[in-house]
Amino acid sequence: MSWLMNLILILIATAVVPWVFRFAGQKFTGNKPFFRDMPFAVAFGYVAGLLVLIAAVSYYFRPLEVNGVPSAGVIFFRWAVQGFIGFAIVAYLFRLFGRAVGTAGTRKLFRAMPLTAAFGVLVILLYAIVSIFAGSIAPYGQEEIFANANIVPGGNPMMGGDPNFPLGTDQIGRDIYSRLIYGAQNTVGIAFATTCLAFFVGGSLGFLAAIVGGWLDQILSRAVDVLMAIPALIFALLLMTIASVWSNQLGVDRTIFMVLIIAMIDSTRVYRLSRAVGQNIVVMDYIEAAKLRGEGMGYLIFKEILPNATAPLLAEFGLRFCFVFLTIASLSFLGVGIQPPLADWGTMVKDLSQFINFAAFAPNVATAPLLAAGAIALLTVAVNFVVDWMLHKSSGLKD
Amino acid sequence: MTQQLLKIRGLKIEGKSDEVWSPIVNWIDLDLQKGEVLGLIGESGAGKSTVGLAAMGFTRDGCRISGGTVDFDGVDLVAASAAVKRNMLGKRIAYVAQSAAASFNPAHRLIDQHTEAPTQHKIRANAESELDGMELYRRLRLPDPENIGFRYPHQVSGGQLQRAMTAMAMSCRPDLIIFDEPTTALDVTTQIEVLAAIRDIVEQFDTAAIYISHDLAVVAQMADRIKVLLRGDEVEEAETRAMLSAPCEDYTKSLWAVRSFQRPAKPAISAGATPIVSLKKISAAYGKSPVLFDVPFDIHAGRTVAVVGESGSGKSTTARSITGLLPPSQGHVEFNGEVLPLDYRKRSKDQLRQVQMIYQMADTALNPRSSIGDIIGRPVQFYSGLTGIAKRKRVEELLVQIELEPGQYIDRLPSELSGGQKQRIGIARALAAEPQFIICDEVTSALDQLVAEGILKLLAQLQDDLSLSYMFITHDLATVRAISDEVVVMKDGKVVEQGPKAEMFQPPHHPYTDLLLSSVPEMDPDWLTNLLNGRGVDNIGDAAVGKM
Repeated sequence: MSWLMNLILILIATAVVPWVFRFAGQKFTGNKPFFRDMPFAVAFGYVAGLLVLIAAVSYYFRPLEVNGVPSAGVIFFRWAVQGFIGFAIVAYLFRLFGRAVGTAGTRKLFRAMPLTAAFGVLVILLYAIVSIFAGSIAPYGQEEIFANANIVPGGNPMMGGDPNFPLGTDQIGRDIYSRLIYGAQNTVGIAFATTCLAFFVGGSLGFLAAIVGGWLDQILSRAVDVLMAIPALIFALLLMTIASVWSNQLGVDRTIFMVLIIAMIDSTRVYRLSRAVGQNIVVMDYIEAAKLRGEGMGYLIFKEILPNATAPLLAEFGLRFCFVFLTIASLSFLGVGIQPPLADWGTMVKDLSQFINFAAFAPNVATAPLLAAGAIALLTVAVNFVVDWMLHKSSGLKD
Repeated sequence: MTQQLLKIRGLKIEGKSDEVWSPIVNWIDLDLQKGEVLGLIGESGAGKSTVGLAAMGFTRDGCRISGGTVDFDGVDLVAASAAVKRNMLGKRIAYVAQSAAASFNPAHRLIDQHTEAPTQHKIRANAESELDGMELYRRLRLPDPENIGFRYPHQVSGGQLQRAMTAMAMSCRPDLIIFDEPTTALDVTTQIEVLAAIRDIVEQFDTAAIYISHDLAVVAQMADRIKVLLRGDEVEEAETRAMLSAPCEDYTKSLWAVRSFQRPAKPAISAGATPIVSLKKISAAYGKSPVLFDVPFDIHAGRTVAVVGESGSGKSTTARSITGLLPPSQGHVEFNGEVLPLDYRKRSKDQLRQVQMIYQMADTALNPRSSIGDIIGRPVQFYSGLTGIAKRKRVEELLVQIELEPGQYIDRLPSELSGGQKQRIGIARALAAEPQFIICDEVTSALDQLVAEGILKLLAQLQDDLSLSYMFITHDLATVRAISDEVVVMKDGKVVEQGPKAEMFQPPHHPYTDLLLSSVPEMDPDWLTNLLNGRGVDNIGDAAVGKM
């Protein structure tokens, strides 16, 4: 029966503690509106949040080793917290820098920028620099094979590392650090090109359908519906299988087929968005005025509609970029994407994935596959932060 | 024996824009006795609605009450807790919004929304509330009061919806109702029904009210006292009659004087002159439903033809048929004696150039992402082929013509202009094509009266300088009186009556013209009473039925 007693006690505590918290708050602050108008659920939220915070802090300070066995959970948790705080500080400094340097316009931009967006912008900038100058930043080539395979990341010889290879080497002895840098070039560059293509195709067709309407709209929209009905990743896999045969026959690089296929699949999503946005814009009086002036289709699309659709399209661009990027990584992970020996983050995660099994007793070894996965996650988070900020800005401008 | 109901002292409200709090209302004192009606008037941005909402202790998102007290029957609503306010709102203070169509939940029947408040506040049981709702509907002279409540909001007309909302506000028999421009979105003939209904029910239940409007003549019918606001400050306050007969402040006098603008009459048109635009019995339809039936009229060079009628009478459709956006199904349009192709896509560049349009909503008529220079420069470049410095010079000339300083405005975006300035840019864009004929579609109805008067004067000036012809679509007869040479009255897609202005404003009229003319509120506090006595209450009901 003791478990039942415990349950009842917990339930009573859940009800009483937030109530006491609110009551104490009302008494100590002299009934400030903050505590006075606080619903019970909100009080509960504050108490629960406080408990979670206490638990997190105490977990953070637990010993790293128990009886010679490293406690992996604590180690990873510390890394995560340290990384989180470190990034927050760097983003804060970056924002300070942006507020102090540059033209009046950029300074104003940075003044109104939330910390998350500053972090996103910083990360995207770093990725851009790394992928553009990969050749001069990376210490080794992406295809270079060294004698020592499976060097543990960390660069500590006591734990199986090597200072020459700070992030270790993979199973056949390639430097992971160099391959991560080249991976940025390959994965990010290809994803960017693919997204641009998808937007050009999907965007122009969507606006065209919005202006012309009628049968053209029907044909395009139904075709897009059909394409969207097929699960994207499976469709891409299927087409990639066909393309791999063609690429051998035609002697065309398989990567080009991959770009075209993913761009086509993703352009359907862009089409839907730009058609919906475009339909809201074409009913405006200034479009009517332009039509009555006798303007052509190109002017209507690029001068009248596009400037007014940039906010939602830019936001979609960020999201779409992430999805394209993840699709490429997935395809590479499945073995049909970017082909070795070109470095690619998806392939790197796949190749090193069995090291994740070492996590329990050798956390350093397990980081090898996580590095590439972390690079993907970091960019995705950063892009989404920037997109959120842009959406917020564009919705604020409408008021 | 009067009793103080609402006492606002030193009210200050701030709004947040660009992360900075800036004042919206600077300092307002307001007193309201039980059963008294106070009119709040001012231009847009004067803070009328903000003060009205603050009287309920409420502010819109992004605003805050930064000082002062709102004392409602002994309770300070600014400091009151959410629970106290919740108990007060709906039960003792009610609110009637400008757009009833947007304020009703379209998914529920009227009576269900009506009974919500009394049930919530435990005043009456649901069934009793329904009966009470029918009684209120009857008192507000809604047709078929027993059954109208069981309709959905989209199944009743705009004027009826506004009355249903007033009934809803009355459902708890509140001490105070705030009417926020309840008739602004309605036609003049409908407006009268709503005004009469609101005034009667407020009198019957001895409810105090704050009546917010930008239309002086309307407020004069409703309010015991009038308070004039300007940019968050009080200009003056007085009893309605005193205020109308002897306003003290210059600003108030200028508001009063707006409607006096009138153009001198022009000489009669010589017989046999070719009209610049001639509608040859055009009919048009949206899909299968016809909206225009054999509309014929002529517009002569240098003349203004005002097309008047209620919403849905086919005024704007006529304009769309002339421009070719909605090709007429029968008849055709002649321009200077030449037949214009029906569809605008088939017209030549020069034919398109000659017919220009100015729109009602300058916000949607100007591309928000183009600079003023681009908006006006595009037609200049498109039609006359000017580029570079020559184009910029022409744009500057046009800006001078519409009385805006070129250096200051040429690089701005539309969002950086006021409503009146935007409308001027719309005019400049039309002028840039150097047309002979301009269609003005309700160009002043979204503007404050002072600003609207400026626009009308500008249009008149341009007509004299450039000998333009206007087709002036409006529902506001004061505007017609101010600017038109000839008047066309439309109803249900047909021309009811047409002729020179002087004749149209003199009896005898067509009965519909008579109804329109007599429905325009006048600056006389007894106007509504006299009109209702003259027409008889039943007559108003007939007018409503006739409209449906």
